[in-house]
Amino acid sequence: MEYLPNILFAIVLIIGIGFFFKNVKKLSRNIKLGKDVDVSDNKSQRWKNMARIALGQTKMVVRPIAGLMHIIVYVGFVIINIEVLEIIIDGVLGTHRIFAPLGALYDFLIGSFEVLALLVIVAVIVFWIRRNIIKLKRFIKPEMDGWPKKDGNMILYIELVLMLLFLTMNAADFQLQQLDAAHYTKAGAFPVSQLIAPLFDGMSISNLILVERTAWWLHIIGILSFLNYLYYSKHLHILLAFPNTYYGKLTPQGKFNNVEAVTNEVKLMMDPSADPFAAPTEDAPDPEKFGASDVMDLNWVQLLNAYTCTECGRCTSECPANQTGKKLSPRKIMMDTRDRLEEVGKNMDANKGEFVEDGKQLLGDYISHEELWACTTCNACVEACPVSIDPLSIIIEMRRFLVMEQSAAPMELNNMMSNIENNGAPWPYNQMDRLNWVNE
Amino acid sequence: MSEELNVKTMEAFMAEGKQPEILFWVGSAGSYDDRAKKISRAFVKILNKANVEFAVLGPEESCTGDVAKRAGNEFLFQMQAMMNIEILNGYEIKRIVTCDPHSFNTLKNEYPGLGGNYDVVHHTQFIKELMDDGRLSVKGEFYKEKRITFHDPCYLGRANSVYDAPREVLKKTNANIIEMKRHKKAALCCGAGGAQMFKEPEKGDMDINVLRTKDALDTNPDIIATGCPYCNTMMTDGIKAHEKEGSVSVLDVAELIANAEGL
Ligand code: SF4
Ligand code: SF4
Repeated sequence: MEYLPNILFAIVLIIGIGFFFKNVKKLSRNIKLGKDVDVSDNKSQRWKNMARIALGQTKMVVRPIAGLMHIIVYVGFVIINIEVLEIIIDGVLGTHRIFAPLGALYDFLIGSFEVLALLVIVAVIVFWIRRNIIKLKRFIKPEMDGWPKKDGNMILYIELVLMLLFLTMNAADFQLQQLDAAHYTKAGAFPVSQLIAPLFDGMSISNLILVERTAWWLHIIGILSFLNYLYYSKHLHILLAFPNTYYGKLTPQGKFNNVEAVTNEVKLMMDPSADPFAAPTEDAPDPEKFGASDVMDLNWVQLLNAYTCTECGRCTSECPANQTGKKLSPRKIMMDTRDRLEEVGKNMDANKGEFVEDGKQLLGDYISHEELWACTTCNACVEACPVSIDPLSIIIEMRRFLVMEQSAAPMELNNMMSNIENNGAPWPYNQMDRLNWVNE
Repeated sequence: MSEELNVKTMEAFMAEGKQPEILFWVGSAGSYDDRAKKISRAFVKILNKANVEFAVLGPEESCTGDVAKRAGNEFLFQMQAMMNIEILNGYEIKRIVTCDPHSFNTLKNEYPGLGGNYDVVHHTQFIKELMDDGRLSVKGEFYKEKRITFHDPCYLGRANSVYDAPREVLKKTNANIIEMKRHKKAALCCGAGGAQMFKEPEKGDMDINVLRTKDALDTNPDIIATGCPYCNTMMTDGIKAHEKEGSVSVLDVAELIANAEGL
């Protein structure tokens, strides 16, 4: 019986981490549904970007209040992991505050966790007020209705509860230490929790232990649940921001890729020695689909982008089309891509890992033509994204599908394109008149 | 009719067995659009004044295909690009200057992947170079005391991080350069990019150029300076929408320099 808590703890831990890895596997399978793209270049630049943007949070501070609050929560999250490590070791071994022999360093660590916990509570409250009372414009766009809004608040509540549990646990522990309770090593500094400790004045040791243990258990269960909640939440970004910034676009923002399949066809068309009527050889691969109408047509970095999106709406609030009331919202492009990818993933789960045609696709069922054609390709969304997401690349892939596979461009654009084809200019003028401006 | 401009085609250089210092890529807007033609002319006046030996392709130039690419027509883009590259490579062109940030971007970033490698420069960068090298100077007081605000074109600024050249050139006019609230990286689009120039905007509460022109008007300018023919059109229309065409003008950086020099 003595080992019951340890065994229980081990079971909880294994279940928690097991589920997490199951989700990670699903995540990586879904991302790999995307087309391959070579991102093995410029490793040093990529590491630098990751260090600067994900670790260093350089893009967050473009908006100082949100940036500062975010850094607090982020540092709190990173540091709290040291605490979690201790909890896990204690849980498995049945020890208490196993790192206590670190002495002064330990006091400092626990003390700083407490201060951070308090700062996190403050930040969480500020975040909550911005979302629910001030109602910052970018948090109340139509794409945020329903789950995204709930998700945003939910995470704040979870963080608040976790921090409060942590402080309660320490406050009870502090009391137990004062009372010389067995097992409760005198260790740690409690700059914040000692302020709430008086709440427990006069409580018996056994009741204090009950409080301390309850808070301890809830704290670790809470952390494990949080870990498993991530997959379903925009909070996946706390993990994916790192690979995502690593794989982020390195070339100038204005540079769009030159579709290789098109290059081959154009070369063939322009090659005077090629036989235009030659029948395709037997083993010729299926002609490639141009552009993207569904998530599988996008590349895996674009799909990773979709899972990384934090739904912060910085892209949308900078988007000129969105600011002037058009339907386009780059954030919605990312959210739609993720939703559709999840739907495809669920479809595969239900069909033994094979995707069964469901009569739906990203284009049309999620993203409308109207949204796609409203984009000015200005790159403001790309610039604004704090985690190096490129919504514009998805918009362009879908335009490519509309134009090259479906000839479904707006009529005026079709006119413009046939002018280019016929006259070498978007306007219907004669190419021979190209120099008239000199003498006008 | 205005005064003679000295413009030679690449074909003429070839006939003389010479290579020009630069190729001036005029672009479709610069060749055909009435407003943009004035920018081409102003830039040529500057080149003539600084004794730059430059060539144009004339009837051999074709649309870069940029706008087709942004609209999603990769086929058309690559056809245009490959045709242009064949001509440019045939003439062994090394250096290209253009007044159009869209041509600038695609020639610089997207042509290399298709076999076209050139040193591509925006005209504001080239004007700055001429000034730095002492080949061109602005002594005039023409714009002294005037308030000028510069609108960053997306395809020059955010797309290629060129922010300083146009500003440094403008400073030479002795005008007051005032920044809009959103500028450089944070600049708002004029609304023309991504093929929007050639179609009606989608439904919304406002047109983008009207919003952007408001940013500019908030600086209380005498002149809105642009570095892109499409921005120029958009801001000019924006001024009209705000009924400010009597008091505020929209001029390309090249035009400002040409005017300051009395060219
Ligand atoms: S590139 Fe398109 S989606 Fe992104 S901000 Fe500009 S207009 Fe909006
Ligand atoms: S794409 Fe980037 S900027 Fe836009 S909502 Fe997602 S994380 Fe925020």
